[in-house]
Amino acid sequence: MRVGVVTFPGTLDDQDAARALRLAGAEAVPLWHADHDLKGVDAVFLPGGFSYGDYLRCGAISRFAPLMTELIPAAQAGLPVLGTCNGFQILCEAHLLPGALVRNAGLHYVCRDQRIRVDNASTAWTTDFAEGQEITLPVKHGEGRYVADAETLAELEATGRVVFRYAGSNPNGSLNDIAGITNEAGNVVGLMPHPEHAVEELTGAPGVDGRGFFSSIVRKLVNA
Amino acid sequence: MARVIVDVMLKPEILDPQGQAIARALPRLGFSGVSDVRQGKRFEVELDGPADDAAIAEVRKMAETLLANTVIEDFVVRVEG
Repeated sequence: MRVGVVTFPGTLDDQDAARALRLAGAEAVPLWHADHDLKGVDAVFLPGGFSYGDYLRCGAISRFAPLMTELIPAAQAGLPVLGTCNGFQILCEAHLLPGALVRNAGLHYVCRDQRIRVDNASTAWTTDFAEGQEITLPVKHGEGRYVADAETLAELEATGRVVFRYAGSNPNGSLNDIAGITNEAGNVVGLMPHPEHAVEELTGAPGVDGRGFFSSIVRKLVNA
Repeated sequence: MARVIVDVMLKPEILDPQGQAIARALPRLGFSGVSDVRQGKRFEVELDGPADDAAIAEVRKMAETLLANTVIEDFVVRVEG
């Protein structure tokens, strides 16, 4: 199983993402933003950070990177893609996921361990969780408030495409407490929290609940 | 040479916490009579040629593609002068 990890200028979490994938038994393949090459990977992880300095809007420039011109059609054709934090923002800017992520309601950058409820355990990245299961992952973002128009929100809710919801308290004012969503096919998932930072007891601040994302995709690729 | 202005604002239904923070700060600084503030972005686009209909249409396309995210933002294009 070869899973690509994309690095843009300003990406921060690519090393943790690669490490999390290796711990789950996948080969982490570095993908460079300026290349028109997905290197034949079986899935792609868009990690967090401040790609292109968050200039204009978070993810607005990254969305036009050469690598994205390859990734967008591949994702539309079914390639599994996970975007966390800035990766989620990029997926929304690229219109692979609906809605947008805007400034936190409280204006403050929020960095804390956050409880999250899994509401959809049938996407490519969440099959190793149980629906309704609560997990704890780190969040760290200033622009993570999910917004979409009323029609889009209603459709996401009606079709089970809200994958993760903040439990306990909402860190950023996201509509309907949305922490993560998926596309219609369930192969593209974006969320603000960071599973790649919660895969080892030693360094995963809140524990190892993030492992489920990586074991899910490895299981899917093995069975493919 | 012409300058075209693109004003980008969050849609009215999208909460603007930055604008709210500014609105809350104004009375503290002694400014009264302000009921609301919303914050947006202004782009000054310098054209090589005149701001004719074709050029304005092109700027409009730039705004839709890159300058604004029409999921959350509205924009207005106008020629300065």
